[in-house]
Amino acid sequence: MGLEIINTLILLLLVVAALVALRVKDLITASVVFGVYSFLMCLLWAEMGAVDVAFTEATVGAGISTVVLVATIFNLKRKSSD
Amino acid sequence: MKNASLIPVVLVGFLLFYASIDFPEWGDPQSPASTADVSSHFIAKTGVDTEVPNMVTAVLADYRGFDTMLETVVVFIAGMAVLAILRNFSRKKPVKRGHEVSVEPDLIVTNTVRLVVPVIQIFSFYVLAHGHVSPGGGFQGGVLMGASFILIALSWDLERALTRFSINRCMVVAALGILLYAGIGVLSMALGGEFLDYAELEKVLPVSREMARYHAMLGVEIGVGFTVTAIMFALYANLSSRGRLEGGL
Amino acid sequence: MFEDVSIFLNELFLERLNYVIYVVLLLIGLHAMIAKNNFIKKLIGMSIFQTAIILFYVSIGVKEGATIPIYLPEHDPHGEQAYATGGPEALTVEQVTSYANPLPHVLMLTAIVVGVATLGLALALCQKIYQGYGTVEEDELMAKLEKEDASSRKPKTHPAGKSSSKPEVSSRARRSGTNSVGKTTAPQAKKSSGTRKTKAPVKKATRKSDQKKGDSK
Repeated sequence: MGLEIINTLILLLLVVAALVALRVKDLITASVVFGVYSFLMCLLWAEMGAVDVAFTEATVGAGISTVVLVATIFNLKRKSSD
Repeated sequence: MKNASLIPVVLVGFLLFYASIDFPEWGDPQSPASTADVSSHFIAKTGVDTEVPNMVTAVLADYRGFDTMLETVVVFIAGMAVLAILRNFSRKKPVKRGHEVSVEPDLIVTNTVRLVVPVIQIFSFYVLAHGHVSPGGGFQGGVLMGASFILIALSWDLERALTRFSINRCMVVAALGILLYAGIGVLSMALGGEFLDYAELEKVLPVSREMARYHAMLGVEIGVGFTVTAIMFALYANLSSRGRLEGGL
Repeated sequence: MFEDVSIFLNELFLERLNYVIYVVLLLIGLHAMIAKNNFIKKLIGMSIFQTAIILFYVSIGVKEGATIPIYLPEHDPHGEQAYATGGPEALTVEQVTSYANPLPHVLMLTAIVVGVATLGLALALCQKIYQGYGTVEEDELMAKLEKEDASSRKPKTHPAGKSSSKPEVSSRARRSGTNSVGKTTAPQAKKSSGTRKTKAPVKKATRKSDQKKGDSK
């Protein structure tokens, strides 16, 4: 029963994080919130029993993906128009 | 005008909701996906065929090894493509942007990184080698190793990381990883089996058929780890410095 | 009638919440890819789309009360029970249902890695677009492309055509230092297909002046 509550909570937080990552105008903030989204996905999969997938998402999604996004935004404009 | 795209999106959403009513209840042990023959065969026979406790690694590297080899090739091609798009060999100094400042490496950060990076690299070797028994494997270990080089590049500057792992060496290591993977496959073909049939390697190694599969899986994961390490670092180096491989984040 | 609706909602939201949330995330990602103006936001939308699909596949393979897909110590092929019976043996059907399904996990490992490779390549293309056009907003980019198309489609009036294209070409040359040589050949090639004879000395003059402009920077 406790697992189901955590499951529901993480799923709702996922939707909130996805919406926030797409609404903020500052691109660095969007990358950081995208890292939060990836990490929440990793927790969800670990709770569902997919430990290998969670490990890979933690390193690749919340690690490499965020760093590579920030490195690219460093060379572009930081502010987006929408 | 762009908000008119909400209409087909919402339509697709309704169709998907309508289809998801017919799915079996989430977590049902009797659902068709959970009682499929292929999955039951994997769960039941992995211990007998390969003596590897981690079923996911066994399926990834042995039963579905062909997919993993081609996925490694996809990562390699992505790294090559980024190099081809961005690499800039000009000698001119780039225009400095308004927000770029040249900073000295910070004392606390550099000394902490000096202590932490060897530990990260040993951990990545552990994750790679222990992937048979615990969650882990080639991809995770390779990404961790690549991340350690990115950490060096972030806390000092990119030249320092490149003196340890230059771009030419990156490319050679990435190609070596795929060569190792395909080489094991060709070796088992030369010994009389099919491509990537690891059990035939018992003719060169002094172990039984199942343990030959166990050890060949380790070799294959090392190949994958090489390629993923090199490509992750090359991706970061080219993206952060706009292809010039100096300056950067 | 209301009981039907409440049963419908109960089935949808309480028992299949994973599938509902996956559809919502998929729609968020899809709408972001279509309707957002900035390229980086589009790429974040693409990544959200990909992880939503991975969530769907992993949710399919969940069995209630099952453990992770690594052998427990009593079934371990290198454990004590295996040595006692002289070798590992295959599991029975009841024991199989106590392990989670490993097949979706394997497929999704590949999907995650391919997703990050695609993201890296797309970001490299974004940087190149920024170097060439100075913007990563879609509407400004379309405006610049249409202006360039319109100015390159006037072959007869080449003094006016030259003067309108010179500031564009030189502004691009200012932004990306040595790519100026590569970039100037592209619009020149488009125009040179029209009138060939009188263009050659004019072409050389503009290229030399552009190089001078680039060098003096």
